[in-house]
Amino acid sequence: MFLKDYFNDIAQAVGSLLSGMRRTGYYFTHHKEIITEQYPDNRATLVLPERFRGEVVMPHNGQNEHRCTGCTACELACPNGTIKIVTKFELNAEGKRKKAVDAFVYHLELCTMCNLCIQACPTDAIKMAQSFEHSVYDRSQLTKILNKPESKLQEGVE
Amino acid sequence: MVEEIGTTDEGDLIINIGPQHPATHGVLHLVITLNGETVRKVEPHLGYIHRSIEKMCESLSYRQFIYSTSRMDYLSSHINNHCCAMTVEKGLQLEVPERAAVIRILMDELTRIASHVLWWGAMAMDIGAFTPFFHAFREREMINDIMEETCGARLTMNYMVPGGVQFDLHPNFHRRVKAFVKQLRNKLPEYDELVTHNAIFKSRTKGVGILSKEDAISYGCSGPTARASGVDCDIRKTYPYEGYEKLQFEQAMSTDGDTYSRYLVRMVEMRQSLSIIEQLIDNIPEGDFQAKTKAVLKLPKGEFYSRVETARGEFGVYIVSEGGTTPYRIKFRSPGFSNLSALDHTVRGQKIGDLVAIMGSFDLVIPDIDR
Repeated sequence: MFLKDYFNDIAQAVGSLLSGMRRTGYYFTHHKEIITEQYPDNRATLVLPERFRGEVVMPHNGQNEHRCTGCTACELACPNGTIKIVTKFELNAEGKRKKAVDAFVYHLELCTMCNLCIQACPTDAIKMAQSFEHSVYDRSQLTKILNKPESKLQEGVE
Repeated sequence: MVEEIGTTDEGDLIINIGPQHPATHGVLHLVITLNGETVRKVEPHLGYIHRSIEKMCESLSYRQFIYSTSRMDYLSSHINNHCCAMTVEKGLQLEVPERAAVIRILMDELTRIASHVLWWGAMAMDIGAFTPFFHAFREREMINDIMEETCGARLTMNYMVPGGVQFDLHPNFHRRVKAFVKQLRNKLPEYDELVTHNAIFKSRTKGVGILSKEDAISYGCSGPTARASGVDCDIRKTYPYEGYEKLQFEQAMSTDGDTYSRYLVRMVEMRQSLSIIEQLIDNIPEGDFQAKTKAVLKLPKGEFYSRVETARGEFGVYIVSEGGTTPYRIKFRSPGFSNLSALDHTVRGQKIGDLVAIMGSFDLVIPDIDR
């Protein structure tokens, strides 16, 4: 009895190992089912979904105009103090003093990509970009000013 | 530490596993007292990844604090966010649109599968089988792609917000989830072939690390760890939330309480989650995905608690509000901490080689234990 159980155990063990090895053998002979992405080599063809949150950017149109009024809604919505908005006063066409954004400072190193600033923005001035390769040699390079130099507020945005 | 060494018998060996050790799945530090090969005591030392999230949340508004809970149990971040959003909604007495509730359940179950699939690979790797890890990551990648497309991130989504969800479902969501369900249904027998029926795996896990029902209750274990010992503690069944009461699914249970039954419970749970997804994916109601909320959320004075079933067990959020825009106090009840506290009791008298197998079956996520 003991011997029978002993050999039964061995047979079952070998059987279970073989059924596992059959799986391995299947993938060894079916190369098409291997789905490894060759990441740094496939950069040119890599497409990220449009909702992917890589970093905050401020789109500018052809006339170097953005939509940011400097209302600081995003600054208040941010949980980490990632955004700092420096404002200035400008004279508009009628000669009135009007608040405008001087520098939209964005600290990428603090950002957790939670999307709260984008949702808070009343004028859709900022959006998330799909870039994800953020490594730099110096931390100061991660602090960015999102509005381009000499850029203006797009007309009609209040 | 010095006192510890003083109290042990002569001939006992004290070894440290971690904080930097691949088998502890993070920065957990275990001080193990050994007598020969037999474990006499295991003492977990925490604090290596303490970020003081509860205190941080006190200075964040009710919209802002949710993102930080993704960083606790990063494998069930959706479910953590869900619980936070539910607690805030409870305080605001806000009704979530039907569509948002269904989307939330779908995302929760996808997260649960992703977590269990990852655990399956890691558990097999702890025991010495390396191949299953890659098989597991193949399926998990599909879920991550679905999440990336709909929620915009792969792990820390911050998708659940008070009142609903951040975005509507992506047009591809339906098709991709169907493809994923089909794929995982095909691959689960393969998982069984590779690991569940494997003779080496069975002999290393069967009868090892038995946690009795009484101990599971007294240590406050929850989730698959407790259900493997025969405690029926699935919050989705016992205290249903967000429409789980309308769904057909079984509570995965076992009564043996050993490592193998903890393994089996999770395997069954994956199939149950798949069937929940199948029930919902064709019946997503039309409508809003987010209820209208004020720009600044203010909870009335009082205390609010809600709980959910994460992949690891019961997760609870307790908010004390003084009526302002930020919570006065937040407490998170994380499943990992209670499950870890049962580890010492379970491992005593077992061999050192089984320690990693038992720890793997507890499915510990260290940032969840030590938040």
